[in-house]
Amino acid sequence: MTNATVEKTTTRAAVPATAHTYLPQARVRTVERSGRQAPADAPVKMGVRNLDLFYQDFHALKGINLEFPQNQVTALIGPSGCGKSTLLKSLNRMNDLVAGCRVEGEITLDGEDAYRSLDANSLRRRVGMVFQQPNPFPMSVYDNVAFGPRTHGIKNRADLDVIVEQSLRDAAIWDELKDRLKKNALGLSGGQQQRLCIARALAVRPEVLLMDESTSALDPISTAKIEDLVGELKSKYTVIMVTHNMLQALRVSDKTAFFLLGEMVEAGDTDDIFTSPADPRTADYVAGRFG
Amino acid sequence: MSHPHIKEGIAKALFVGAAGISIIAVALICVFLFANGVPAIAQIGLPEFLFGTTWRPANDIYGIFPMIIGSIYVTGGAIVVGVPTGLLCAIFLSRFASGKIAAVLKPGVELLAGIPSVVYGFFGLVLIVPFIRANMPGNGLSLLAAAVLLGIMILPTIITVAQSALDAVPKKYYEGALALGADHERSVFRVIVPAATSGIMAGVVLGVGRAIGETMAVIMVAGNQPLIPESIFNGVRTMTANIVLEMGYAADLHRGALVATGVVLFVFILLITMLFNVIKKRGEMK
Amino acid sequence: MSPKLTIAYEAGSAPAAPTDSDDRIDALFAVAETRQRKTRRVVSALLRSLVYLGALITTAVLLFIVGYILVNGVPYLTPSLFAWEYTSDNVSLMPALVNTLLMAALSLALAVPVGVGSAIYLVEYAPRGSRFVQIVRTTTETLQGIPSIIYGLFGMLFFVTALHWNLSLMAGACTLAIMVLPVVMRTTEEALIAVPDAYREGGFGLGAGRLRTVFRCVLPSAVPGILGGVILALGRCVGEVAALIFTAGSIAQIPNFLEQGGMALFDSTRTLAVHMYVLASEGLHVNETYATAVVLLVMVVLLNLLATFAAKKMSKGNQDD
Repeated sequence: MTNATVEKTTTRAAVPATAHTYLPQARVRTVERSGRQAPADAPVKMGVRNLDLFYQDFHALKGINLEFPQNQVTALIGPSGCGKSTLLKSLNRMNDLVAGCRVEGEITLDGEDAYRSLDANSLRRRVGMVFQQPNPFPMSVYDNVAFGPRTHGIKNRADLDVIVEQSLRDAAIWDELKDRLKKNALGLSGGQQQRLCIARALAVRPEVLLMDESTSALDPISTAKIEDLVGELKSKYTVIMVTHNMLQALRVSDKTAFFLLGEMVEAGDTDDIFTSPADPRTADYVAGRFG
Repeated sequence: MSHPHIKEGIAKALFVGAAGISIIAVALICVFLFANGVPAIAQIGLPEFLFGTTWRPANDIYGIFPMIIGSIYVTGGAIVVGVPTGLLCAIFLSRFASGKIAAVLKPGVELLAGIPSVVYGFFGLVLIVPFIRANMPGNGLSLLAAAVLLGIMILPTIITVAQSALDAVPKKYYEGALALGADHERSVFRVIVPAATSGIMAGVVLGVGRAIGETMAVIMVAGNQPLIPESIFNGVRTMTANIVLEMGYAADLHRGALVATGVVLFVFILLITMLFNVIKKRGEMK
Repeated sequence: MSPKLTIAYEAGSAPAAPTDSDDRIDALFAVAETRQRKTRRVVSALLRSLVYLGALITTAVLLFIVGYILVNGVPYLTPSLFAWEYTSDNVSLMPALVNTLLMAALSLALAVPVGVGSAIYLVEYAPRGSRFVQIVRTTTETLQGIPSIIYGLFGMLFFVTALHWNLSLMAGACTLAIMVLPVVMRTTEEALIAVPDAYREGGFGLGAGRLRTVFRCVLPSAVPGILGGVILALGRCVGEVAALIFTAGSIAQIPNFLEQGGMALFDSTRTLAVHMYVLASEGLHVNETYATAVVLLVMVVLLNLLATFAAKKMSKGNQDD
């Protein structure tokens, strides 16, 4: 499945994949990033206020307060079970599917209440999601990308053609797939499937893109491609990603929030979190002492 | 060889023998059916037998074309009646029903599967047939009655197979569709149902097999005239009915022709079973 | 778009600036979305009602059939219907009921050992993917698809005519046994496969042979599953008509074992389902036919409940492991 070596390397993948596996290299790369400091006045795209979330009796998220600035990449990090994925799923209300899940507090999108003044379907159109496991539908590449636009009422073939091409381009996979649009998406490699899923998510013109450990099932080269892609996407989208991989947070994100046992311990600029964390627990985690 | 080894050997031989019995059974069925049917077909002539439109045993004229058409019509009608209802019910059980409702409906469907065909036939005779007689042309014993009754009878087959196919669709497809802003209905009908197509088709084929082989219920409501029906209100005779209706008193070539009708039915069933296996295999490959 | 183009990712990679098609797409969505939200709601409501309708029809059909038969039949469950002797006046179902039990017992006595034995071979003995196993699987599937009238024809040609058993309990039972063999085989196979391998390892680990392991360690925990299959097979025997009219005939008497001994097995018999078919096609005793249908239905319902119970026990048993 994940025969990544077959994938054509694009120019952007000139940085050797191994660079991602060494901390020093990664640091160098971080430094190389030009203009990573976002202006302090970046508007808030999504906000979380006093959020408590329960699965039946289990208190999964406790009093979370967090803001996601527009056109930036925010990483949610923390050990397994800390609630970072739960928080992500409540941002587009995928938690609604979980029986016995109860949300208190407020989540806003552009100041609108995501739970009370928006219906789940339009919220999910504006807040797209890419899952941990690539989950293309068992249909053609084209139909996968066109599924969302069709859902939202775009039926004209010419319009769909434009959207499909633009989405695949945005996901940096157009060149690989343009001759295989009619082929079943399940025949693609794991990395291609995941980028197809990104394209599929972009095809409904979301404002926010949620990524739930979206590279954890992929090989290093595919991971690198997606990380590069995220860096480009933020010029159009606000990206919020959950990652288990601290180096990934360091490489890709502008802001980082650290979670532990359902609480948000600390949030701030990624560089600050990793170099001078305020909380000793954050320091322990980013130094790899637990989790 | 020591004592336990002998015991093991005997046991294994017995188990192998038991497993061999189903092979022997199929072989015997084929041999006896064909040995008794094929000579009759040879005597009548294959084209005359398969495509002859007249069935008049008194004059030694044996054309089963009306019965073949009858079986196909009745089965087609059952599909028209049973598949949409069954599929929708399966979708309900798989994706809409709450646990409590499913817990009641599921045994109900199993009960529907357990009701003997003679009871179905009787129900058709006392209810469906008089209803058609009262409200539509003809005397009620008709293609329509048979199709409706068989449609009901194949419901449980279709529901059970389709539901397990729908249940087997991975959750990630549903989540993926929802995350794009699709509502529950669109996610189910545009992603889950298409993903379960091969399983659903397998259920339909199984239903076809059941409908084409059904005998007693059809006899009781179909009228059984050996003619190609001109409308759905006409009577119709299926291959299965042909066998049961006349076997009791048939002799010689007539009897052979009835067994030969069974041979044709058997070939139909074998083709359907093969089709079922192809569909199933294709589904597994995905 | 916000003026954040300065935060381009890496030098050299052109920021994905909004393009013409971006604007066009945004416009498309703006137009489509408001229109779509209403349409979508209508379409979804329609689909939802269709789904509910499908479930409703199924439920209604079930309740109607069962209810109609019960309402019309229960009042005619008179003592004379259960008289020992059948006459054309009382149309007693008693002989047919006893015959049904005899017939079912006999065919299961034939089918269950063979079915369970072959399932044991397939699951516990056969080398994976052997040619023999493949052939057995194919034939079992074929048997499962064959309609009962074909079994009836075969039984008539083989047991009744070729073996000269005439229309008899024995010929009927053998025909039914072949018919339900795949049911017993398949359910037993599934029940055996569901038994965790640890049980087998446990048996072998204690130095038990394969036979002993199968009978002491594997079979006991598969019993509920096997029982479920047996009950299913029983249900088919009880309801069967087409396979029996030309193999067991339709004499409404209990075979006289007292006078004839074993030879009574070769008497013609009429099971309850056949009895009901005869009554219904004669059309002379409609009320008694309803009553007979009630008895048949009740038997089937009881068997169903038993099978469900067994299946539940099976799955629970394996969860505890």
